[in-house]
Amino acid sequence: MDLKETVRLQAKQLTCIRDDRVLFAGLSFELNAGHVLLLEGKNGSGKTSLLRILCGFREPDEGELLWGGDSINDGQYHADMAYVGHLDGVKKELTVFENLKVSLALGVPGRYSILDALTRVNLANYDDVLVQALSAGQKRRLSLARLLITDNKLWILDEPFTSLDKQGIALIETLMIEHCATGGMIVLTSHHDIELHDVVVQRINLS
Amino acid sequence: MSLSNAFFAIIKRDLVLALRRRSEIANPLLFFVLVITLFPLGIGAQPHLLQAIAPGIIWVSALLAAMLSLDSLFRSDFDDGSLEQILLSSYPASILVLAKVIAHWLVTGLPLLIIAPLLAVFLGMPSHSLGILLLTLLLGTPVLSLIGAIGVALTVGLRRGGMILSLLVLPLYVPVLIFASNAVEIASTGLPVSAQINILIAILVMAVVLAPWPTAAALKMSIN
Repeated sequence: MDLKETVRLQAKQLTCIRDDRVLFAGLSFELNAGHVLLLEGKNGSGKTSLLRILCGFREPDEGELLWGGDSINDGQYHADMAYVGHLDGVKKELTVFENLKVSLALGVPGRYSILDALTRVNLANYDDVLVQALSAGQKRRLSLARLLITDNKLWILDEPFTSLDKQGIALIETLMIEHCATGGMIVLTSHHDIELHDVVVQRINLS
Repeated sequence: MSLSNAFFAIIKRDLVLALRRRSEIANPLLFFVLVITLFPLGIGAQPHLLQAIAPGIIWVSALLAAMLSLDSLFRSDFDDGSLEQILLSSYPASILVLAKVIAHWLVTGLPLLIIAPLLAVFLGMPSHSLGILLLTLLLGTPVLSLIGAIGVALTVGLRRGGMILSLLVLPLYVPVLIFASNAVEIASTGLPVSAQINILIAILVMAVVLAPWPTAAALKMSIN
């Protein structure tokens, strides 16, 4: 219970400048366990840039990011977070199972085994199929299955619903609700309206 | 799961990938064989001249083959987002990068070693210097992969990085080329070559220890 209260994501006065254009300045927020942060804004407003700053791929031009009080560059942060971006991050020449095995080796094992996670995202019996034979929506579900097999508190999702059908979207929403119920937190961008029952959704509009 | 687990998972993954895309293994090897074949055709029937420049021919061809194969080191991982996932791992990126370079060497460097004796005989190299040739290739080609990795990591984000890559990397290959081809040349005269071999070992050790850091840093810059 203690952990739930202390570990949180804090952004202080973040500024991002790209090609001499200020995308956002003085952005501060706090994300507590069990909460969801939804980033809104039109194309080019800096949503993805903010997510990449949260991942540590980019340094913010000003400001700092704290995870449980420490800077994200030292300590636990990278063991505690997982990112699913525009790119699926799966190799198309490998099978579904081989892909997840590599992801598992790179992280800390989580609540689900690989086969359980595949069942959870409706990809059971696909484990020895090459990824190049999957449809775009199936690939997306596979990259989201990565979140289940490793133990991560913070999910960073860039447009997670792209190329998913209605059932797919509902499925991911259920997974997100479960994640928040166990004390996880999520930062995401989405053009879809998300329906998350019993979850606190904070919204930041970047435009 | 531990760091060594992640390390071997990456090596295994890259080897499986290479087996499924065989051109990655075959192309540098065929290039190596072809370039060496061109020299006798260009120079004509002058066995003594050919024999004299054989170490240089083999090593320059190995250098070019290694350089051509470099682009595949991070390209597909960069394009499909796997690289982001590798760098996001909580394990040190430099170690994971080292795993990728080792797998890459096993796929593109090791085959050169296996085919080189045949080509050396083909160029008329004396048989007592074959051992030294193999030894220099064994010590030298991993250095080519390790140093090349820094260059690829810097240029992987550029759309047309190929030319810049060769300008960046080839000058750095010069020490390896000098000591390796010199060792083979001296060995064919029957003199001891331990000095050159020791220097090559030193270069290899230095490259293994020092190259993964700038590579990891450059990759982080490239995906930003």
